[in-house]
Amino acid sequence: MELLVASAVGILTAGGVYLILRRRTFPVILGLALLSYAVNVFIFASGRLAIGQPPILADGAAGYTDPLTQALVLTAIVISFAMTAVIVMLALAARLATGSDRIDDGAEEET
Amino acid sequence: MNHLIILPVLLPAVLGAGLVLARRAGLGVQRLAGLAGTLMLLSIAVGLMVQATTTPAQAYFLGGWPAPFGIVLVLDRLAALMLVLTAALAVLVQIHAVATGWDARGTHFHALYLFQLMGLNGAFLTGDAFNLFVFFEVLLIASYGLMIHSGGAVRLRAGVQYVAFNLVASVLFLFALATLYGVTGTLNLADLAGKVAQLPPGDAALIRVAGVLLLAVFGIKAALVPLHFWLPATYANAPGPVAALFAVMTKVGAYAVLRVFTLVFPPTTPDTGALFAGLLLALALATLAVGAIGVLGAATLARLVAFAVIAGVGTLFIAVADFTPQGTAAALYYLIHSTLAGAALFLLADLVAARRAGDGLRTALPPIAQHGLIAALFLVAALAMVGMPPFSGFLGKLMILDASRGALMALIWPIVLTSSLVMIVGYARAGSLLFWKAHELGPRAPATPHPAQPLAFGAVIALIAALAALTVFAAPVMRYLDATAAQLHRPTAYIAANALPGVAP
Repeated sequence: MELLVASAVGILTAGGVYLILRRRTFPVILGLALLSYAVNVFIFASGRLAIGQPPILADGAAGYTDPLTQALVLTAIVISFAMTAVIVMLALAARLATGSDRIDDGAEEET
Repeated sequence: MNHLIILPVLLPAVLGAGLVLARRAGLGVQRLAGLAGTLMLLSIAVGLMVQATTTPAQAYFLGGWPAPFGIVLVLDRLAALMLVLTAALAVLVQIHAVATGWDARGTHFHALYLFQLMGLNGAFLTGDAFNLFVFFEVLLIASYGLMIHSGGAVRLRAGVQYVAFNLVASVLFLFALATLYGVTGTLNLADLAGKVAQLPPGDAALIRVAGVLLLAVFGIKAALVPLHFWLPATYANAPGPVAALFAVMTKVGAYAVLRVFTLVFPPTTPDTGALFAGLLLALALATLAVGAIGVLGAATLARLVAFAVIAGVGTLFIAVADFTPQGTAAALYYLIHSTLAGAALFLLADLVAARRAGDGLRTALPPIAQHGLIAALFLVAALAMVGMPPFSGFLGKLMILDASRGALMALIWPIVLTSSLVMIVGYARAGSLLFWKAHELGPRAPATPHPAQPLAFGAVIALIAALAALTVFAAPVMRYLDATAAQLHRPTAYIAANALPGVAP
C-alpha cells in the first residue's frame, strides 16, 4: 500500500517535471496537471494511510482516518483546477496573438 | 473578538465582486468605487496599526473555531506594517492608473486590483500555513489578470511564462505543507512553532526538507537568485501601474520568510539550526550581484527597474539572513524603502514609455513632453533606489551594513558597496541616454505633445515625498520597527494570542 502510493507520487512527479521542461505550452500544461495530481495524492498520504476507517471519531470505531488532509486536498484540487483553466485560456490567447505556442519564445533573452 | 481584523480581507472581496457585477455601470463608477475601496483599506490599516502598537498581538478566530482546528488571522506589528504599506502604495498606484488611463484599456481593472489587495492583505494577516497558500493563490490569480491587462502579443507570452512558473511554485508549496503536516500534524503557525522545536530526532531530515522547500517557495515569490527568472520579463511587460503594485509582491516573499523562519524555524531550532540563515545569506549575495549586473546591462528602462527590484531583494535578504532583532529592523526599514522607490521608478518608466517611442536604452531619441520634470523625478528616485545620501536608501543600507558587522563582514561589505557602485553607473547610463543625449539630436524639434496628466505626476511625487518622509522621520519609524523586530524574535505574544490548548499563556 505505502509502496503503491509512494511510487504513484514519484512517477507522476517525474512525468510532470519532464513535461514542464518541454518547449510548447501543451505539454507544459499537461505536466503542471500531472504535478498537481502528484501533490494531491501526497497531501492525502500525509494524513497517514488508513483503509476502511471513518473520517470521524465515533463510539465503537476502532480507528479513524484524518479528515483534515481530505479537506486540504479538496481545496488544492479546486485551486489547481481554476489555475489550469486560467493557463489554458492564456496559452490559447498567446497562441492566437503570436502565432506560436513555444513557451520560451522570447523576443529578448532572459538573463 | 475584534472584527476589524477581518475587514482588510472582507472589504476588497465584497467590493471587488460587486464591481464585476457592476461592469455596465461604466468606468466612472468603477473608478470611484475602486478608489473609495483602497482609501477605506488605508484607513482600516492605519486603525489596525494603532491597535497593534497598543496591544501585543490579537487573534481573530474565523467562524469561532478555536486554534489549531480552525483558521486564525493574527494581527501583530509586522502584519499591520505590511497592511499600511500595501494600502498606501495601492492608493497612489491606483491614482496613477486612473490618471494615465491604463484602467480603461481593458475590463475589470479595478475589480482585479481589489482582489489582488485581498490576497495580499490575507497573506499578511493569516496565522495558518495552508491559509497562507490559499491567499497566495488569491493574489496570484488576480495578478495573472492584471499582468495581461490590455493584452498584446508580448504581454500574453510573458504572462504564460509567469503563470507556469508560479503554478510550479504552488505545487512546491503544497509538497512543503504536506511534509510539514505529515511530520507535525498541524498547520497553525503558532502550534507549529511549539511542535517543530520538540520533534523526535528521527524526524529531523523530514523537517529540514519541509523547511528548505518552504524557503524555495518564498524565494520564488521574492525572486531570489536562482529563482528570479520570472521577474524581469513579467515586470517589464506588465502595464506600468501593475508593475508598480507588483513592487510589493516580492515583499510578500520577504514577509513570509520573516514570519515563518522567525516563528517556526528560528535559528535555535535543534533540528535545523543555522541551515536557513546560511542558505539565505548565500542566495541574497548572489541576488544582489545579479541584480546590479542586470541594472548595468538592461536594454529597456522597465527591465532596468525590474533588475533594481531584484537587487533590492538581495540587499533586503542580507539583513533578513542575519536573524537578529537589529538585522530584522534594518531589513524592515529597507523593505519599506525599496517598495516605495521601486514603485516610483516603475511609474516613471511608464511615463517615459508613454511619451517616447518605447523605453529602449539603445538609441537616444529627441526630448519628450514634460522632459525636465520627468528627468528631475528620475534623478531623485534613482538616487534613492541606489542608496545615495540624503535619501532613505542610504540610511537603509547603512543600517544593513551596521547589522552585518562581524565574522562575515569581509564578505558582505564589498558585495554591497561594489554593487551600489555598479548600479550608480547603470542608472547614470540610462539617465544620460534618456534625458541628456536627447538634447544633442540636432535642432530641437518640439516634443510630441502629450497631455500633462498632473495626477499621474502627483502619484510619483507623493511616492518620492513618502521616501523623504521615511528619511526625515527615520527615528520614530525605527522605534516602531525595533519593537516589531523584538516581537518577531520573541513570539510569545503571537503564540499566546492563538490560545492553543495545552500551551500555557
